[in-house]
Amino acid sequence: MLRLVLGRLGQGLITLLVLVTITFFLVRLMPGNPYTDEKAVPEHILEKQKEQGGLDKPAIVQFAIYLKSVVVDRDLGTLFRKPTVQVSEIIRQAFPVSALLGILSIGIALIVGLPAGVIAAVKKNGPLDYACLAAAMVGICLPSFVIGPLLAVSAGLGLKSLHVAGWNSPADWIMPAITLGMINAAYIARLTRGGMLDVLNQDYIRTAMAKGVPGPRIIVRHALRGGLIPAVAFVGPAFAAMISGSFVIETIFQVPGMGQHFINATTDREYSLIQGLVLFYGFLIIAANLLSDLAQIALNPRLRTA
Amino acid sequence: MRRNPPGSFVFSCKSGAGIASSLAVIVRRLLVATLVLCGLASCEKESQVDRATREGILILGNSNEPKGLDPQIVTGVLESNIMRALFEGLVSFHPSDDAANVLTGAEALEPDETATVWTARLRRDARWSDGTPVTTDDYVFSYHRMLSPEFAAKYADMLNFLKNGSTYNKDLRGEILFRISPPGDGPGWDEVKEVHFRPFAGAPGLDAVAGREWQDLDERERAVFAAGKGLDTLDAETLGWIAEAPARRFLWPEGFTRQQEVVDRMLAHAGKDLWGLARVGVEALDSHTLRITLRGPTPYFPQLAKHYTWTPVPKHAVLANGDMLDKGNPWSKLGKIVTNGPYRLKSWRLTDHLEVERNPLYWNADEVSIHGIRYVPVTNAYTEARMFRDGQLHMTYTAPPEVIDWFKEHQPEVLRQEPYVGTLFYRCNTTREPLDDPRVRRALALAIDRRVICEKVLKGYKPAHGMTPPMAGYAIDPRDTYDPEEARRLMAEAGFPGGKGFPKRLKILLASRETAATLAQAIQAMWRDTLGIQVEIENKEWTAYLAAMQELDYDLASGGWIGDYLDPLTFLEMWTEGNGNNLTGWASDEFEGLLEQSHQEADGDRRYQLLQQAENVLVDDSPVLLVAWYSRNYLLHPSVRDWHPLLLDNHPYDKIRLEPATRD
Repeated sequence: MLRLVLGRLGQGLITLLVLVTITFFLVRLMPGNPYTDEKAVPEHILEKQKEQGGLDKPAIVQFAIYLKSVVVDRDLGTLFRKPTVQVSEIIRQAFPVSALLGILSIGIALIVGLPAGVIAAVKKNGPLDYACLAAAMVGICLPSFVIGPLLAVSAGLGLKSLHVAGWNSPADWIMPAITLGMINAAYIARLTRGGMLDVLNQDYIRTAMAKGVPGPRIIVRHALRGGLIPAVAFVGPAFAAMISGSFVIETIFQVPGMGQHFINATTDREYSLIQGLVLFYGFLIIAANLLSDLAQIALNPRLRTA
Repeated sequence: MRRNPPGSFVFSCKSGAGIASSLAVIVRRLLVATLVLCGLASCEKESQVDRATREGILILGNSNEPKGLDPQIVTGVLESNIMRALFEGLVSFHPSDDAANVLTGAEALEPDETATVWTARLRRDARWSDGTPVTTDDYVFSYHRMLSPEFAAKYADMLNFLKNGSTYNKDLRGEILFRISPPGDGPGWDEVKEVHFRPFAGAPGLDAVAGREWQDLDERERAVFAAGKGLDTLDAETLGWIAEAPARRFLWPEGFTRQQEVVDRMLAHAGKDLWGLARVGVEALDSHTLRITLRGPTPYFPQLAKHYTWTPVPKHAVLANGDMLDKGNPWSKLGKIVTNGPYRLKSWRLTDHLEVERNPLYWNADEVSIHGIRYVPVTNAYTEARMFRDGQLHMTYTAPPEVIDWFKEHQPEVLRQEPYVGTLFYRCNTTREPLDDPRVRRALALAIDRRVICEKVLKGYKPAHGMTPPMAGYAIDPRDTYDPEEARRLMAEAGFPGGKGFPKRLKILLASRETAATLAQAIQAMWRDTLGIQVEIENKEWTAYLAAMQELDYDLASGGWIGDYLDPLTFLEMWTEGNGNNLTGWASDEFEGLLEQSHQEADGDRRYQLLQQAENVLVDDSPVLLVAWYSRNYLLHPSVRDWHPLLLDNHPYDKIRLEPATRD
């Protein structure tokens, strides 16, 4: 077990290094630079700015300086366009918001998705199953930029206690969390249904039925554990994606999370911010995958010997 | 008949239904509980706007996160909305009259008879928000910082109106050391002006040394290398090496003999800030009297001085937090920033909000009407419109066409569509065929039916018949902007009758914005129908679009310009050669000659005539296809009072009132 964790951590470090290397050089291949601006600046000022930002040096030298600053000084750098703002400051302000939204959404996704998947599997080919499947299909197919505004206009403008956008009170958490949660609930429902159906066809379930174990007990004690595995494998990375922010949800509901920074950093060529966010996101994915692996091991004893 | 697998058979029995329904009950209870809890948490009787109105706080949609709060670093419209609340220059904006100048930081601002030298007497009771008096020291420090070549302010151009400002900003060291502050006994400017202070691209043998290392070059090659760079840009080490044997170690003009003196003077000042020697036209006569000398007659100087680039920054606070020229200097961060305007910074949370509150030390604090302003960086215009409907904003930053239609029908009283000094146009890359032919450009311009475009696509915009929108008594002669007959004739004359032989691959470059795409499609159709030519539309993301324009890697590109100040010059100067906003490869001696004449013209009417002539040259030659003059489309809550349409849209927030809207 310990070996597995250590091995995964080692792989994770290598992944991060590869990730940051690729990102570092790729962002510099995009047309323009962090100083490209609508009001074009004179050449002599552009040169000076590049010098100030260290962009006048060869890319490989910049990379060495960046790695040293991250590893030795634990400094992700400052922004080029906003020279007084630090990358770590942005992550510190935006991550708690995205994390809260992500936890709420994954909560909603699990609360809605798991039971729906279980019910669908149990009632296979019945009206409830079709209803769940249809709802899940709608959830998967309807993009958040359709669900979000629809929800905002219907509930936000309809109910006095809900706001169409903003992030000031717990009431403001509801609509973004539902929008983000529903899409993932749909995936979880479908995965759970599939997983449950696989398990329900297994011999040991048949044995349990033959022994006369009551239905609910079979589901909860025997089937659920195995049936959850596909959903658990999905939830890990999905959770990492959710807590690292969603650009669409954030702009629709005016949520001060990480997603907007991710997108804007790319269009603004904010090299240090892109690199910082990619590193952070990579770290989250690796951690979430590790946790999801551990959860699968806990659920599936057969994985323990491997 | 379909056979059910065993599992489903078993669980369709009663107990299976039981667990499903009990799960459903749990889910339902949880949902109800959540909704009730959240409902309780935000049980509000009044909307946010109503409450803010009662508390005297204005809530604005401000489109995006400001790039910072240092008025010498930021450049955008959204930042200017915040700068106006936090900082105050010599002159400020009037709440209802764009042309009027309100003396604020200065008690008096008086020109000499040619309007070249302006004397400002600063207000004695003006203080920074930490209590320090605002003095001429702050102004001189600020203009020094803004123009410093080391600081590299993007908006330094705005201060090029100062005498010698541009020379100092461009770090033309030779010119400063020999023309502006010549040595007492050394050579004068007339003698040395042919010396290669600037990079000498034509240095013989330059290609052979390009890209090689200094230490690999022999003396002759080094001399060529140094001349290629120009004396202005050489560091102390290189200048020192030249000074040992100047005649051999640099390329001098024919017959020039005073090499040693030139190099010695350059060397003596190498690496130093030349602010003192550059004699930039700003001078503190005493702690409260400032003399500003401009590059020529500038009767409209007060208009310029209202722009935030001319506001002072607190010298003491900047220096207390770091170096004057460090752009990362944290003096303008929350908790540190010191301001002199009607407001001071209260809170700032990235992508959430920025709020300012009354500055109790403001000299006119008693007259400040609203208590605070909350800027919300809503990037999505549709979200912004929904927030407005939900009572979360007093005012939106914009209103896209669909939103305009909706509000016209349902709530016309909150929709505002006002003239705004901005021009929407298509740049032509005049270095590429067939756009290098002015007849083709003119034909393209004449084939655009601007009236239809303004009615159907750009709601509220006005068809443009000049680069400069109507403003401050300046109006270009109205002339035909849509003339399909003439367009076809010009096209035929240029060798493309009915569009035959016209290169098919001509592309319109856009940054992916929705209205811009609709506009491009409309123009594409007009050109096809009128001129028989096919053009393509190419969408790029914002920075790639800017980079393509700046590298002249495009055919036609949509663009726009918002005036910085209320004078036609802000719309015309950008088309001069080498200006960072020209980006068309176009240059005209006639155009620039007229502008140059206008710089020396003290008489306002004659100056406008010169500018109009320059504008005619621009329109006739059409390096830009003018499309429309902007309209500022936005939504305004009825509780905002004393809010008047302004051409520059620079509202002094301290003069606005908030009163609960009466409901009928």
